[in-house]
Amino acid sequence: MTISAFLTDATLCIGCKACEVACKEWNEVPADGMVWSGLSYDNTQSLGASTWRHVMFLEQPQAAGPQFADTNDPFRWVFLSDVCKHCANAGCLEACPTGSIMRTDVGSVLVQKDVCNGCGYCVVSCPFGVIDRRPDDGRAFKCTFCYDRQKAGLIPACAKACPTQSIQFGEIEELQQRAKNRVHELHERGYQDARLYDPKETSVGGVHAFFVILGEPENYNLPPAPEAPSAYLKSAWASALISAAIVFGIVCLAFAV
Amino acid sequence: MPQPIPTNPKATEERLDEIRKAAADKAPPVGQTRGPAKPPPQIRGRESYYGLPVLKAPLWTWEVPLYFFIGGIAGVSAVIAFASQMFTSDPALPRAALWIAIVGATICPVLLISDLGRPERFLAMLRVAKIQSPMSVGVWTLVAFSGCVFLALVGNELTFRGHANPLVIGIRWAGELTGALTGLLLAAYTGVLIGATANPIWSHNRRAIPPHFLASAVGGSAGVLELVGFLTPATQLLGIVAAVAETLLGVHFELSRLPVNAPLHRGKSAWAFRVAGTLAGPVALLLRLLSDSAAGRRTAAVCFLIGSLLSRYAWIWAGVASAKDTEALFQIQRKA
Repeated sequence: MTISAFLTDATLCIGCKACEVACKEWNEVPADGMVWSGLSYDNTQSLGASTWRHVMFLEQPQAAGPQFADTNDPFRWVFLSDVCKHCANAGCLEACPTGSIMRTDVGSVLVQKDVCNGCGYCVVSCPFGVIDRRPDDGRAFKCTFCYDRQKAGLIPACAKACPTQSIQFGEIEELQQRAKNRVHELHERGYQDARLYDPKETSVGGVHAFFVILGEPENYNLPPAPEAPSAYLKSAWASALISAAIVFGIVCLAFAV
Repeated sequence: MPQPIPTNPKATEERLDEIRKAAADKAPPVGQTRGPAKPPPQIRGRESYYGLPVLKAPLWTWEVPLYFFIGGIAGVSAVIAFASQMFTSDPALPRAALWIAIVGATICPVLLISDLGRPERFLAMLRVAKIQSPMSVGVWTLVAFSGCVFLALVGNELTFRGHANPLVIGIRWAGELTGALTGLLLAAYTGVLIGATANPIWSHNRRAIPPHFLASAVGGSAGVLELVGFLTPATQLLGIVAAVAETLLGVHFELSRLPVNAPLHRGKSAWAFRVAGTLAGPVALLLRLLSDSAAGRRTAAVCFLIGSLLSRYAWIWAGVASAKDTEALFQIQRKA
């Protein structure tokens, strides 16, 4: 099986939310409420247990750009469909004490819902704030990367339903190259703040769902330098074991003298 | 007449095509779009997405901090049982300490299981052992600790009741030594459990939380022994050492004024943290230093136990507040 990936391009997204609808219908994800944010058309606010694709609506103070040559808006509207990053070093997967969260043969990170017992440790271990527990169900849920569809030779439902190819699905190296070319093309067309979001230089070690964005990662609530919690294990355990040894010494001493 | 339940057949490829077409058709041509009635605020510079939290807050309920507290006391009680058996001739203190350890080891799994989203699936925890997951390490530590302390208790009770023979004494020593070692791990790992996460305040303080939890467990265990009547010089010494450690750590956390530590300085978690640190630190220390009376020591023990318990809750509340503090998260990541 090849390693698959998502490339989600903010410069192509029209904010139609077809990805959200397709994801919900295909995966039978329950309703996630209606909470409007920032006076925009965003009614889900963030990814969560029942929001596996989340379309963001941003207004940025830059000029709209050449594709809207006939308009003179002082700002531009940018949309981005956020999704689970399927990290190379996935915090949720490392933290899961039941082995419910696993790495699939297509490189994605999958929660096996027949194993999850809802301990909630993955929730605090995701550096992107993606996975969450469904209050009524008790188990943790997130994007499955449509593993069922991929195994049947189909592309994920969100990519299939996207009308503008803002969500592209394919083999990871090819998509990474496509993303680089796209950023280059955008720079040439005057979008100097276009960039690829794929945190490779931190302990996350790259993601299987990367993004072409305009502006700073923070604008999209994407952490600028996310760290996999496993990067903290060594220092935390060192401190715990040294302190434990000291406690052992002190307690023995207290009774020996 | 009951209404037939509407069936929602799984989406088909045709349905997904339909969704795509509907979305494409509804997209108005350029120049004819109409924005929201009031335009959303503009996102500038490195501003976050409308100030919404990036991370998910911990969803652990009241059981988990209480487990940290009881597990810590149980763990260090097993260490005290071993040390007092090794270095003193009084059989009553190790016996009491082992009973405290076994009672704690019995309550702990109940608390942990009732906190699960699916308590009936608690056995799923035991289908794998993962060294890279502090929660898996903790679960197995608790299982091992319970077994070791149970052995120690059986050996000790048989000895106490006059059935001492080399096998019984061997079991007792084996149980007490392994109980002490797993007990130390049980009291310490909870600091790693919250320290090695994506939560900013927890991971930032990952080196300080394990000693904080251990100090709290030492003072708590000594305090419980004093409250059940063991007002020995050793428990007094452990109480003083723990209160000194709590005082120093309290000063350390109060002086760490980085934005990521804001939940220790502002809001509900901060006040819980300060009250906890004052009770377990200076208050317990002064009571112990000023009065050697039984009443004074018992008051110090109670103060320390309240402070110790409250500090575990304060750490969880601080984690909840920290998960919502998007600016602090960005700031710490941009600096690194």
